[in-house]
Amino acid sequence: MSKNANTNKVRLGDKMKNMTDTNLLLTITIVVFFLMYIGAVVFQGKGFLKPQTFLNILNANAALIIVSCGLSLVMITGGIDISVGGVVALISMCCAVWLDRKGGNVFTAVLIALGIGLLFGIVQGFLVAYLDIQPFIVTLAGMFFARGMTTIVNTNPFNVENEEFGALKAARIIIPGLGSTTKKGIYVNAYIEIGVVVALLVVLVMFCLLRWTKLGRSFYAVGGNQQSALMLGINVRRTKFLSHVLCGLLAGIGGFVYFMHVGSGSPSHASGMEMNAIASSIIGGTMLTGGVGNIIGTFFGVLSLSTIQNIVSSAGLDQAWWTGITIAAMLCLFLVIQSVVMARKKKSGGKK
Amino acid sequence: MLVSENVLEMKNICKSFPGVRALQNVDFKLRAGEIHALMGENGAGKSTLIKVLTGVYSKDEGDIYLDGKVVAIHSPQDAQRVGISTVYQEITLCPNLSVAENMYIGRGTGKLQNWKKQNEDADKILKSLDIPAKATQQLASCSIAVQQMVAIARAVDMDCKVLILDEPTSSLDDLEVQKLFGLMRDLKSRGVGIIFVTHFLDQVYEVCDKITVLRDGTLVGEYSIQEMPRVMLVSKMLGKDLDDMSDIKGEQAPYNGKDASEVVLEAEGLQSDAGIKPFDFYIKKGEVNGFTGLLGSGRSECVRAIFGADRVIGGKVKKNGKIVNINKPIDAMKNGIAYLPEDRKIDGIVGDLSVRDNIILALQVLKGPFKPFSKAEAYKFADEYIKLLSIKTASADTPIKSLSGGNQQKVILGRWLLTHPEYLILDEPTRGIDVGTKIDIQKLVLELASEGMSVTFISSETDEMLRTCSRLVVMRDRKVVGELSGEDLTQNKIMSTIAGGDK
Amino acid sequence: MQKNTTKKSGIGSVLGGLVRNQIFIPIAALLLLVLFNLIVDPTFFNISVDVNSDGYRILSGPIVTVLNFGSELAILAIGMTLVTAASGGQDISVGATIAIAGSVMLRVLCGTNSRPDTLQAPIIVAFLVGCLAAMLAGAFNGVLVAYFKIQPMVATLILFTAGRSIAAWVNNNELPVISDPKFAYFGGFLPGIPIPTPIFIALGCMIIIALVLRFTTLGLYTQAVGINESSSRLNGLNPAFIKFLTFVILGVCVAVVGLIKVSRISSINYSVVAKDIEMDAILAVALGGNALSGGKFNMWASILGAYVIQFLTTTLYKCNVRSDALPAYKAVVVIILVVISTPAVRTWFSKVGKSLKSKLQTKEVA
Repeated sequence: MSKNANTNKVRLGDKMKNMTDTNLLLTITIVVFFLMYIGAVVFQGKGFLKPQTFLNILNANAALIIVSCGLSLVMITGGIDISVGGVVALISMCCAVWLDRKGGNVFTAVLIALGIGLLFGIVQGFLVAYLDIQPFIVTLAGMFFARGMTTIVNTNPFNVENEEFGALKAARIIIPGLGSTTKKGIYVNAYIEIGVVVALLVVLVMFCLLRWTKLGRSFYAVGGNQQSALMLGINVRRTKFLSHVLCGLLAGIGGFVYFMHVGSGSPSHASGMEMNAIASSIIGGTMLTGGVGNIIGTFFGVLSLSTIQNIVSSAGLDQAWWTGITIAAMLCLFLVIQSVVMARKKKSGGKK
Repeated sequence: MLVSENVLEMKNICKSFPGVRALQNVDFKLRAGEIHALMGENGAGKSTLIKVLTGVYSKDEGDIYLDGKVVAIHSPQDAQRVGISTVYQEITLCPNLSVAENMYIGRGTGKLQNWKKQNEDADKILKSLDIPAKATQQLASCSIAVQQMVAIARAVDMDCKVLILDEPTSSLDDLEVQKLFGLMRDLKSRGVGIIFVTHFLDQVYEVCDKITVLRDGTLVGEYSIQEMPRVMLVSKMLGKDLDDMSDIKGEQAPYNGKDASEVVLEAEGLQSDAGIKPFDFYIKKGEVNGFTGLLGSGRSECVRAIFGADRVIGGKVKKNGKIVNINKPIDAMKNGIAYLPEDRKIDGIVGDLSVRDNIILALQVLKGPFKPFSKAEAYKFADEYIKLLSIKTASADTPIKSLSGGNQQKVILGRWLLTHPEYLILDEPTRGIDVGTKIDIQKLVLELASEGMSVTFISSETDEMLRTCSRLVVMRDRKVVGELSGEDLTQNKIMSTIAGGDK
Repeated sequence: MQKNTTKKSGIGSVLGGLVRNQIFIPIAALLLLVLFNLIVDPTFFNISVDVNSDGYRILSGPIVTVLNFGSELAILAIGMTLVTAASGGQDISVGATIAIAGSVMLRVLCGTNSRPDTLQAPIIVAFLVGCLAAMLAGAFNGVLVAYFKIQPMVATLILFTAGRSIAAWVNNNELPVISDPKFAYFGGFLPGIPIPTPIFIALGCMIIIALVLRFTTLGLYTQAVGINESSSRLNGLNPAFIKFLTFVILGVCVAVVGLIKVSRISSINYSVVAKDIEMDAILAVALGGNALSGGKFNMWASILGAYVIQFLTTTLYKCNVRSDALPAYKAVVVIILVVISTPAVRTWFSKVGKSLKSKLQTKEVA
């Protein structure tokens, strides 16, 4: 794809015109991700060539992938949910307290996680869809509420000690044939955590939902033009409501996956996660105005975001501020690319 | 023939909004296989009646019968389900979806999306209706007219009993209108009842069987087309006898100051980035001229280039003999040019602002950011123009979006008259507004010209242009192809020039 | 949206007329809070005279606290209202840019040494440089929003992510401390004057914006651009520039807030200074009944909204709510306020009111 792009500009131009906005932005994202990864391999040495480096990106970001999927869904419908980070923190804390202090088992902990996520989704969805309150305000309040509740549940961070959970947390899925040899000459198998499997499943399910179900298409319709969607016979309120419920549910799943990864409860967990999720969605080609976006893009968005973080830290720029600045720079770059491409496309295409 | 089978009947429909009784005891009957025109001035209640029928508004009182049975319609989905489809004046499709999706979304059973079948079905329908679009194309990449046709295709495919066409022709050109009419007749023969809302009298007489006239939210009557001559229809709509609307040109003497032959504005090789070929243009003091041509022929783009609304990429403009540089609207305004845009909703009104703010806006911008009008001044201006143009509004503080289309147009007109321009461009000032206001505006144009203002008038209705303009620039395919004046100003001559060749 | 307006205008009753007024929402919220405090703890409204460490008499009490700490929010609300009106979006980077502005000011004051005994530059110079930095940040956001047409929330996400890092970078991640007591005047008290200085600064800002709105057409222009950009352009306005301008104005507000913030503690904590203030500022605009989608605005309702939020915060502190649990309560209150002010609920209220009225009337008749 990228080779084609360089050699045959004219045809690319034609192709761009015919592509839907969603596919166009998706293509850009994927191309940029691969270019970046190749760049990392070339300039940062072979560390990036190890499969485990890539898999670690997945391991560390499984929760973010899940949460970002939910956020993309809401953004495609034309809304926003900035409460997800808070919800993830609250879930971690609740599960931690349940498993560590109350002696609960893992199964009920999962139910708690899903329940909290769903509850947030339902309440926020109701307020947004049926009472017509701006989603930003509702989920802002949701974020405040979740963050506040987290400290009310427990103020101090602590590690969970629970056998069953410990086993789950330590579980690794070995991927055969992708191992590498360490400096000492020991062969180490490449592995992923359970969370990654969950994340990949979520991506798959969400992709199918958006692509091949009527509900999925109505998310796009509502995001494209709410008034029109109503006239076309779509139940706009229900659609918006469902988008928030699904996002809440995914925040619940993501919350538990996050908890599985960190194995502790803390009020400062997942801080800024909502912004990372929004950034991933945008880098993945979802537009905040709604109607355009793709789950696959979001997946690559998360990968791009964390790859750049890895590049920065492995380049020796490990002062804390560099990560913030590079993510911002990348977001800026993507936004400008998107804006320029869309503007040019509009000019060449949509004329009467 | 299927006669007197009432497929739809609305009885005693009432609907009020705060301060307005939009509909009072309105009855409406539609027979199967009938094209029924719903006529009335703006604000007569046509749109409200349609929206009640399609479930966008809920009615206060009254019943709706479909095939003799009472139906409850609370939402557009309900309407679709019972077999009422609607095509609105504004495109109500989703620009980010594909053409096929727009045709099928929101209907049918099943939870899954079958892309292949959907695209095939859509292509079949598009082909059978001669719509130049592909099923997989993103809707936003189609022209407005094609989008409108897609909306109709959607409605047609739904096997509806009642099809409502709410001013579907306002953005279509003649050819497309004919295609649409063919489609309507086809549906009619299949027994579909069609409600047709339009402002174009010609179109009503061309396709309709029956006319129902509304005025001020009440029913005036139902008539068959044969027993209803045009003049009578217009007078029914206006609620007064219309003396004669054919000749208003004679009422105003043309401007005859001593500078009457002076050229106010002259353009040479003007070209904008909106895709028109370079054109030359001039207008004299006190002259009314016009651009004519089919929709999309570039007439709007020409005046937009003169006003600097599109980016000018070439050409010279002379104002009163001096070369001026017009790149932005503000440059044109400073040179005494005013422009009433084609699309009132998108380019004209500032919806949430009051009538007063809308009227003073342009003059305020001209005056500069550091000299705001005082409230008293603003009210003075607003009241002056509300009176002068007899704008129907509750007060000068009413948001302009709550006014009817015609009154909104008058406010925009007032806005530009307030700047006392030397040269006024009116692009479709009469589109989508009622007959009474149309004539008011035409008269005003001639009056302004007789006082020495130069006016360019653009309209889709040729007779309107013939009534007002003394010179017509004819356009075809984004090019100026001729200029008509004096004796040549006849319907036939215009048509043949537009068509090209020797017809 | 059509549905909204019909519902809203469907109220019709006297109650509805009152409720429909935009400034009703913040006033109602304020009254509720006042009522709550009167019932729970009337000492809330006591104002006492204390003597501070410098030996001057100063006023203190919860109400003074509200006015004092509400200043920053009120000043931000001014800029945020304009940005919201013109661009139909919000700037979520204000907290981060406050950190930048504050950091730059400290850097100028300290020179190369992070703990100087004397100021290395006059305070006014430091403020102007800080102001310039904040305006640059605003201009950056403005360019992205106005010229690249990126949604404001997304565009400002960039500085939101990077701002605090940049602030730390400006001072090499050191913590400068200013020992000169004069610098503390802006966030504390001027000698001999018992009222906190931020209140005067906020008052000054309000007067300035009142004058600006009165003697320029900024209000009309921003609203016109926010409501209908294309129409504004055809009326000779330059929508992009006006949007850009509002972001720069917000930058000035940010600089003023930054000065107050760093002056309060004569130092800066990059990750904590003005934390979450962007959320409060946006809430202030929304509480003022302004549509977050832009267009018409009411500046005074926004400013009142800012003080309502501070009032709420102070009330919660007064009720012994821990500072990190504060957001939860705030969220509940905000949701209640917003739900009450939605058209659907308001219609329901007026219906209940009407039926009550008619019941009373029938009783009277009986």
